[in-house]
Amino acid sequence: MNSEHICDISLAITGSGGAGSITAGELLLSLAGKNSCFGMMRRSFGPQIRGGEAAALIRISHRAVECMNDSFDLLLALDWNNADRFAEEIALRPDSLIIADPAAGDIPEAFQELGVEIIEVPMKALAKDITAGRPNMVALGLLSHWLGFCSDEAGKLIDQVFGRKGEEVTGGSRAAFTAGFTEPLIVAAREARPRPERGDPGNRGTRWHFNGNQGCGLGAIRGGIRFAAAYPITPASDLLEWLSPRLEQLGGSLVQAEDELASINMVIGASFGGVPSMTATSGPGLALMTEAMGLAVASETPAVVVNVMRGGPSTGIPTKSEQVDLNMAVYGLHGDAPHLVLGALDHADCILTTEWAVRLAEALQTVAIVLTDQNLAQSTVLIPEPKYELPEIPARVIAQPTDGYQRYEITDSGVSPMAIPGTASSTYVADGLEHTESGKPSTAAADHLAQLEKRSRKIQSFDFGGHWADIRGVGQTAILTWGSSSAVAREAGARLRAAGHEVKVIALRLLLPASPEKLAGELENVSRILIVEQSHSKQFHHYLRAFYDFEADTRTLARPGPLPITPAEIVEKIENWS
Amino acid sequence: MDQAAQQIALTPKDFKSALKPVWCPGCGDFAVLNAITKALAFMGLPREEVALISGIGCSSRIAAYTSVYGFHGVHGRALALASGLKAARGDLTVLVAGGDGDGLSIGGNHFIHACRRNMDMTYIIMDNEVYGMTKGQASPTTAPDWADSKLTPHGTGIRPFQPAGLALTAGASFIARGFTGDPNGLAKILVAAIGHKGFSFVQALSPCPTFRPEQMLWKHHVKAFDQEISSNPVEAAQRIQADDGMSTGIIYQNERPVFRPGTGVDNGMGSIESEFTI
Repeated sequence: MNSEHICDISLAITGSGGAGSITAGELLLSLAGKNSCFGMMRRSFGPQIRGGEAAALIRISHRAVECMNDSFDLLLALDWNNADRFAEEIALRPDSLIIADPAAGDIPEAFQELGVEIIEVPMKALAKDITAGRPNMVALGLLSHWLGFCSDEAGKLIDQVFGRKGEEVTGGSRAAFTAGFTEPLIVAAREARPRPERGDPGNRGTRWHFNGNQGCGLGAIRGGIRFAAAYPITPASDLLEWLSPRLEQLGGSLVQAEDELASINMVIGASFGGVPSMTATSGPGLALMTEAMGLAVASETPAVVVNVMRGGPSTGIPTKSEQVDLNMAVYGLHGDAPHLVLGALDHADCILTTEWAVRLAEALQTVAIVLTDQNLAQSTVLIPEPKYELPEIPARVIAQPTDGYQRYEITDSGVSPMAIPGTASSTYVADGLEHTESGKPSTAAADHLAQLEKRSRKIQSFDFGGHWADIRGVGQTAILTWGSSSAVAREAGARLRAAGHEVKVIALRLLLPASPEKLAGELENVSRILIVEQSHSKQFHHYLRAFYDFEADTRTLARPGPLPITPAEIVEKIENWS
Repeated sequence: MDQAAQQIALTPKDFKSALKPVWCPGCGDFAVLNAITKALAFMGLPREEVALISGIGCSSRIAAYTSVYGFHGVHGRALALASGLKAARGDLTVLVAGGDGDGLSIGGNHFIHACRRNMDMTYIIMDNEVYGMTKGQASPTTAPDWADSKLTPHGTGIRPFQPAGLALTAGASFIARGFTGDPNGLAKILVAAIGHKGFSFVQALSPCPTFRPEQMLWKHHVKAFDQEISSNPVEAAQRIQADDGMSTGIIYQNERPVFRPGTGVDNGMGSIESEFTI
């Protein structure tokens, strides 16, 4: 099977709020899994809290995909209410197809320009004839037929999902599905086109189905997080909501704080109490937390902050993605404050990176900021079970009862045993004031230097192992990227390799501390470097220039959100290098 | 044994650290430190099971002067830090102490929410109606016509907070006022406050001899509340409003549900991982 024969279809379902486009999308993605496919789905909403329009953007493929494709093959519109809001996000090609309901009125100009083929199916009318039938289930049937999915599996899924709503809803949904699945116009149009391959039976088996926020949550509890403090902020709230009942299940807890200043300080307090702790936020919230993160660094209290990036500055574009909090994560703390910054590269990596961050923060008694973005956080993937192995990382070093205990004792590693309240004879006062080894406040130059060096040494001398970056391929051309742009760059790399280019894709997972020697080793034979990021001011590029030296011809592909960078943009930049 | 016997034998002095306070001679905060250590010794609490959390300011230095676990955090956030600690470690006795600026200005939001949340902890505001650490600026409890600060040379022109009233409105379940000129009385209040199940708030009138020398006359104005402790918030509000802010004693105490997040029962990861599979 060569790559051209691999089924890889991108489709969008749009509709007014309540029309059920998201439900149809979710069911279609689940069906993809039952038909030996993989996939991902992004949700796009208008700005309304309720009742606005919504679009499910879906990619279904015979191989695991980690990013959206360049354009869409098919747009199904349940109606056209405000659908032009999505026009930018749903790029169609002349050979794309639109399925629309004639009752919904004229197709917006933005979707007509390319002269795309349009099939009109009266979804609303078909549903109306069925008791408890809904147009979105007709749509699910149409799309399932288009994708060559098995209708029996769809029936089972409908029973499973709607079963608790009773026989009428289940029966209506099944009948509406069948009306769509057997709709003559679609059946004929399908016949006229090459059939998409059914999934490779070798791809059967368990799928993992989750979004990036859930991935971070799982990584956090695997890493040992048992307390979280939360202040709601888009697009991090659903990570906190995910954690709340699960921390409780694990004997821990989550507290909703009065603001982000409180949530980060609660995290520090709980961690001081010996319980691995975290919070999650987004840009504006991270800005509020930076002062207390300095306290965690100075007092050497482990703390984890997952920051889900969104369009900024200020309220910016809260529901859309942008890689723009790198500067703040790396440079935002006051004073000389060595800490950790990690960036998750894809959905599966949200699990790994967050678990790694928790373990590192605990071992090194410092702050770890995990950067993800709206793109990862709120899109869902259907992938094989993510498997990874983290290197052995020591747990938090706990002080035993000791007379003459010194909390900030100067050690070779820079890590000092931490006494947990309840431990007799080792009481101490954690302090954000500069201090002596015992914790006594001190303004002495020697104490300041000794403690600065200790806090720096524990991070600089730690062996972070091979997880500092994810590296794919070899070649004299390197794509250097981070965060959710990594999956896009990897797909671009695969396409470039298929076209005969030798390309190495390097995605940095560990951003602070930087790994200049490791990266220099990877770039030894590289003559061209393309830096890819979703930031107008090229934050990643400037970060790289601050911490690394490049001899190769270095260029950037940097642009702001909200539209995701596409594999095609990267391919074009490399192919038209000169 | 004998650990218990040993603990009972602890004296107030055992609850003090070897550090010499940075406070000025005559500062009321010395008496707060003495009252805390007296109360802890009287209650026979093991040192390692007590945590004293503070923010920033002269009075917030207090954590380092005790021998219990402590955290000297950032300005205004002591209550938040303490709430996280108490949520994670419900077994600890948690005390929080700091100044009027730390608690009512920069930390005001945490104050009202800590009152409302009613976690089992004790908060002491050492109130001298001035920012001392930064050399004498008006705080939220300073009278509007106090014109001795270069920052507000005509006075603030803003009416001060009444901390007890604020605490009552926000939902604190124990409210008291003490005076550092009466350290034994303050210690007794603290014993009751620490023993109270829920959020207990103690305003300690603590004169600043350096920036508010006129407060050294407080001893002539302070008097005891002549009424029993009220459990009725309406009555307590009237009492607070009718008072000149110089009456001491326990004003209000009312049992209400204490916020304790989580159950502490670990049911394992199993079902969580399987949620991810389809």
